[in-house]
Amino acid sequence: MNETITNKLTPKDFKSDQEVRWCPGCGDHAVLNAVQKALSELGIPKEKFAFISGIGCSSRFPYYMNTYGFHGIHGRASAIATGVKIANPELSVWQITGDGDALAIGGNHFIHVVRRNLDINIILFNNEIYGLTKGQYSPTSDKGLVTKTSPFGTIEEPFSVGELVIGAKGRFFARTVDANVTLSTQIYIEAARHKGASVIEVLQNCVIFNDGIHEKVTGKEVRDDRTLILKHGRPVIFGKDNDKGLILEGLKLKVVKIGENGITENDILVHDAAEPNPGIQYMLANMKYPEYPVALGVIRAVPGPTYEKELENQIEQVKSKSKIKNMDDLLNSGSVWDA
Amino acid sequence: MPKKCTVIEKEDVVIRFSGDSGDGMQLTGTLFSDTAAIYGNDLTTFPDYPAEIRAPQGTVGGVSGYQVHLGHSVIYTPGDYADVLVAMNPAAVRANIKWTKFGGTIIIDKDNFTEKNIEKAGYKTDPVIEDNLDQYNLIAAPISSMVREALKNLNLDPKTILRTKNMFALGMVYWLFDRKLKYTEQFFEKKFSKKPELIEANKIALRAGYYYAETIEALAPIRINPAPIAKGRYRSISGNTATAWGLLAAAEKAGLQLFIGSYPITPATGILEELAARKDLGVKSFQAEDEIAGICASIGSSFAGMLAVTSTSGPGLALKSEAIGLAVMTELPIVIIDVQRGGPSTGLPTKTEQSDLLQALFGRNGECPVVVLAASTPTDCFTYAFQAARIAVEHMTPVILLTDGYLANGTEPWKIPSMKDLPDIHPPYASEQDLPYVPYKRDPEKLSRFWAVPGTPNMEHRIGGLEKTVKGTVSYVPENHELMVGFRDQKVARVAARIPDLKVSGEESGDLLVVGWGGSYGYRVMAVNELQAEGYKISNVTFNYINPLPGNVRDIFSKFKKIVVCELNLGQFANYLRMKYPEFHYEQINKVQGHPFTINEIKEQCLKLL
Repeated sequence: MNETITNKLTPKDFKSDQEVRWCPGCGDHAVLNAVQKALSELGIPKEKFAFISGIGCSSRFPYYMNTYGFHGIHGRASAIATGVKIANPELSVWQITGDGDALAIGGNHFIHVVRRNLDINIILFNNEIYGLTKGQYSPTSDKGLVTKTSPFGTIEEPFSVGELVIGAKGRFFARTVDANVTLSTQIYIEAARHKGASVIEVLQNCVIFNDGIHEKVTGKEVRDDRTLILKHGRPVIFGKDNDKGLILEGLKLKVVKIGENGITENDILVHDAAEPNPGIQYMLANMKYPEYPVALGVIRAVPGPTYEKELENQIEQVKSKSKIKNMDDLLNSGSVWDA
Repeated sequence: MPKKCTVIEKEDVVIRFSGDSGDGMQLTGTLFSDTAAIYGNDLTTFPDYPAEIRAPQGTVGGVSGYQVHLGHSVIYTPGDYADVLVAMNPAAVRANIKWTKFGGTIIIDKDNFTEKNIEKAGYKTDPVIEDNLDQYNLIAAPISSMVREALKNLNLDPKTILRTKNMFALGMVYWLFDRKLKYTEQFFEKKFSKKPELIEANKIALRAGYYYAETIEALAPIRINPAPIAKGRYRSISGNTATAWGLLAAAEKAGLQLFIGSYPITPATGILEELAARKDLGVKSFQAEDEIAGICASIGSSFAGMLAVTSTSGPGLALKSEAIGLAVMTELPIVIIDVQRGGPSTGLPTKTEQSDLLQALFGRNGECPVVVLAASTPTDCFTYAFQAARIAVEHMTPVILLTDGYLANGTEPWKIPSMKDLPDIHPPYASEQDLPYVPYKRDPEKLSRFWAVPGTPNMEHRIGGLEKTVKGTVSYVPENHELMVGFRDQKVARVAARIPDLKVSGEESGDLLVVGWGGSYGYRVMAVNELQAEGYKISNVTFNYINPLPGNVRDIFSKFKKIVVCELNLGQFANYLRMKYPEFHYEQINKVQGHPFTINEIKEQCLKLL
């Protein structure tokens, strides 16, 4: 990524010639726009991007990007992306996945790509439903959700994406809302610049099979009071009138009102995304409405060594010490004899 | 015990080292075969060990064995029956007596033949009576007490002292075969360079065994003169290492960096281990979280321009099926190595079989052709791994290379090739002149597509598992699907133009043609050679290219009165041939016991057809 580009790229440069086939009103359209916008601001030449996906509605994403793209098989995008990134660490690798693709069939690969900390940006479209197979519950569906395969309501506890990422030793976790293109664009840029596995959960609306699932939190009328946008180094304040905040009371977060009970802005928790100990970030990631606002923005961003660079370093170290420089050397190494 | 008879032949000899899986028998056998190879004998080895790392001590299930066949002439197999059996405990005798030549020599550690151990081995009364050991040249040496005595001044703990038992036994065998101790002593010096007391202990035990055998005049020492092998530089190599090195050689010849994404699985793990150790040659090895991730990461690395490999065994190949389909659909080069073991399911992990053939050929959804190759000796694993990679890259296709547990762990002396004698491999990169890049545009001759690697300007494109048009657009058009299915099929079929003809070993016509593939090679060659020497009109062919088949099969088959297909399964290759060449009648010789054929088994079955 050292080349200087003379012509700055625009979002349009990232649009492919393929007709976008998501349902009208689907949240995926907005994600596509935000990603194209973010990419145009990274200063990376187009040929250095690779978009890798699994299976599901969102996984059609690479076809709509005028970059290198690979539409994989169900659940395996993390593994394919791992191979791409190891092969060429200079590429900006993006994994597009959904709640079923990443957390059900691909759960194993997902936790391991996060644990290994490959420098891959993972956009996880969470609509809490299986869309492409037409409306079955997913690992993030709320307990009790009635779907075609749970006609009497699900009896499973859902995954929380942030909890899973932190549990898998993840170093970057952010959350955004499909329709909030400005916030999403910022987050994608931050994710791209973070060295290591970045997971971005997008609260995404499936207009056909789970319409309005996030509406109670992200709806225009309520979102200021029911979500909060975290910023590193800034007090955790939210609300229509910017008068609510979070404090740490004992071992729990608590919503307080500034100006009530002697609370001032100085009492409010200051967000530290770079803190390696994930304790508070974990609580922030797990906040659920109605007890808490839902946290958006970059919740955790802790730099750390990446797998692909560690591998290259190891190769360089071994190369510099080894007497074996090519195949002929290897073939004639060790115990050999002449007949 | 009186010596009954000695049946050891002078041309060649088979020695089997056996003991508890913790007794170090694999090392003992390896050291013996290295010494023999350096001396100039031809040889083949066959390790035979249990799946359990430490099965219950003293039981038949826990016996680990290592067989070496060495000779004054070319050696094709590890041998059917041992002339000399080294058995460190009663269970080792129990497990191996049926593999020992009647009247052969058996060396035992007398001290281990306690009542308890005899019972653990499953003997009811006395092994000598139950297994007729008095019909063999039984050398009952008090090995444990001798090493205790020999090492008493070294200030080592009793456990460490007893661990040198295997070297005492090895010393005895060295005396029997008139071998020098030098190479083994050099090995101790290297291996224990930081623990001089262990160098000393092992040397003393080795020499003590040697002198003990001399003192008791265990047997007249036997000399097996060096084999008339071609001049040159040699090394000993196992099938798994040869496979790994064949891939490395292909990477160098293709100017590509090697990627291996694999999950540990017996008996294929050695390939991943060897390549993980080859960072000096720039290998990027990735131990994945499972078999599926192993191949998917390899596919990703292939997309991004590396020589991609994944290694596995039968159950792992099953897990990789869907991803192999993805590689077929995206037309990316990848080598999938299946080191076959006894199946189905977990089956017999440490035992050999040839029963994944149909899985390799057909075990996927859709019309999903891949190239299938099979190696037939530990050393030619190098050749076929190289060829698998060449075909994968030059034809932009997945290639499955079949080896097996017997080849993987077996070792042979190998005349070291020179890299300048191997052909260059030409990756079919998309050319700047052909812009705009069209992902599924094909080479008119090979029908393979061109490789545009991410990072290359102006060649951005999308591929994936959905059916596409030539331009890479997703398409459900019926005619387009049929067209693309046909292209993929013909692309693989056209590999036939670039593989060598099948070669008959023996006369080009006759009464019986023995047909086989893969690891049964040595046993077939020996059986057929012996029958030819007895005057029978019998020949042998070995298939290394399974899909596509070589072009001259029909010509060869038509010149024999009978054809018999010999394989370690219930007849998978025979059935494949029935499908491909239905005009011939195929007899079968099959075995599914987790063990290779014996030469005699093949001979007896062939004689019924002659």
